[in-house]
Amino acid sequence: MSAKIKHFPGEPIETREFREGKVLTESFKPKAKYAWSAGIAVSRFLEELKNGRIIASTCSKCKRIMVPPRIYCEKCFKPTDGWTYVKDTGVINTFSVSFLAADATRLKEPIVVAIIDLDGASENMGIVHRIEEYGDWKEIKIGMRVKAVWKPPEERVGAITDIKYFKPVKE
Amino acid sequence: MFGKKRVAIVGAGVTLFRRNLKETGKELSYHAAKMALEQAGMELRDIQSVVMGTAPDAFDGVHMKGEYLADGAGAYHKPYTRVFVGGGTGVFAPLAGWWHVASGQFDTCLVVCEEKMSSCYPHPQYAFTTIFDPVLERPIGMNLIWIFALEMNRYMHKHNIKKEDIALVSVKNKRNALDNPIAQLAANITVEDVLNSEVMAWPVQRLDVSPTSDGAAAAVLVSEDVAKEVTDNPIWIDGVGWCIDSTQWTNRDLYYPDYVEYAARMAYKMAGIKNPPKEIDVAEPYDPFDYKELHHMEGLLLCKKGEAPKLTREGVTQRDGDLPTCPSGGLLGCGNPIAAAGMMKVCEIFWQLRGEAGKRQVPGDLRTGVAQAWGDLMQYGSVIVLRR
Repeated sequence: MSAKIKHFPGEPIETREFREGKVLTESFKPKAKYAWSAGIAVSRFLEELKNGRIIASTCSKCKRIMVPPRIYCEKCFKPTDGWTYVKDTGVINTFSVSFLAADATRLKEPIVVAIIDLDGASENMGIVHRIEEYGDWKEIKIGMRVKAVWKPPEERVGAITDIKYFKPVKE
Repeated sequence: MFGKKRVAIVGAGVTLFRRNLKETGKELSYHAAKMALEQAGMELRDIQSVVMGTAPDAFDGVHMKGEYLADGAGAYHKPYTRVFVGGGTGVFAPLAGWWHVASGQFDTCLVVCEEKMSSCYPHPQYAFTTIFDPVLERPIGMNLIWIFALEMNRYMHKHNIKKEDIALVSVKNKRNALDNPIAQLAANITVEDVLNSEVMAWPVQRLDVSPTSDGAAAAVLVSEDVAKEVTDNPIWIDGVGWCIDSTQWTNRDLYYPDYVEYAARMAYKMAGIKNPPKEIDVAEPYDPFDYKELHHMEGLLLCKKGEAPKLTREGVTQRDGDLPTCPSGGLLGCGNPIAAAGMMKVCEIFWQLRGEAGKRQVPGDLRTGVAQAWGDLMQYGSVIVLRR
């Protein structure tokens, strides 16, 4: 009975009390390390990135060309049954201009991140990556065409960062 | 009827929502649980089962957080379940409570939701980065605000929505929160304040976003037989729905949350609701960002796709409008202790339908309300329909 409740429990601590050293803090740095499996499908994808190509998996039932690739189609719930290359060009599906780093600290120069619909993949089969060489961020638009900028072959290691970023291109 | 037994909410409780609270998560859970029991006129010995909703262990840095919180939630020596579906947890937890009772297994279930985000110091943002795919997404340097900015931008683009119209949600909810004694960020602000606030990740600005918070909320769920014994004013859980999309969030059009629609359809079917905007008197759509309230009004079928900004502009969603949304002040006004925030929405609908919301009371003869939460990688919807 919210209207009849007189007291809502909770004792706030003000931010200044942290600054003033009135709050005991204990620091903990996790030492957990991981060796993640990239998996059957994404391992193939990463190998192909090393070759400068983007590979997708296909489902003969729903006819989707899926990237990132997978070994099963989650809609048809059957194994994917083909592989095909898609292009390293595409369209910005949506984007964000971030003034925040991953730890929420403020950036002087923004990071632009986008979902990119790659040419040759099915509709709404985007990948997330960074956009650079865009000039003024206010000029970036949804629907803008972009192309991958690759690391030189000798520097590629089979990682998503073998693509350094995508850059806007003229039609 | 769905389930073996009809289930009612007979008591609810919430703590203050604040950036930092001195209480531990256990202590917050205790306060919310105790208040819900007192409001129900019941004691812990009347409770046969306990459901806890709480978000990632990484916030607290204590793994097996559910087990850690158990005694504070009143679960000592009782059947206990912790559920977690990201931001959707706060409404999913009472759904889990519902099936405990609806199955006929228990006559009573205490549902407690807790979040203490301040433990991750100075900011829990980095703990969120562990939700992303470690091979394909984390090397890009993902940040949680980014993905919502991507979704907001797509939604604005698809329907040609202006930021001014989205900002109205923040203005409304923070003002509604002025009447809520638990609120962390209640304020009278203007659209200009939102548009002039710091850009976090365009198009998301500071005042488009709810804060991080500590807090807890709870409710007592009982079978029809018990409800008749303890109250003349039970609020029935007449619809439950939940649905998930894949974690491959770059592989769907983010302009519309169809998984929320599927969850809503499930709940409406159970509640016999055929025309949601007409039959629902008050709604608490999940609003961690201002655009999310609009996105979720559409997913909840309270209006057509792209129409929510217009309804907001016309005042339809104000407390005295035809379809009041977030009369509590929502997450934008009250704060966002993840699981507790969703549960607070369920408590608010409970109080609204009982006519006990005080200064926040929506006028008129309220019969049906809906609360909804959303989470994980923009993929999860949980929906509850309550009736007087």
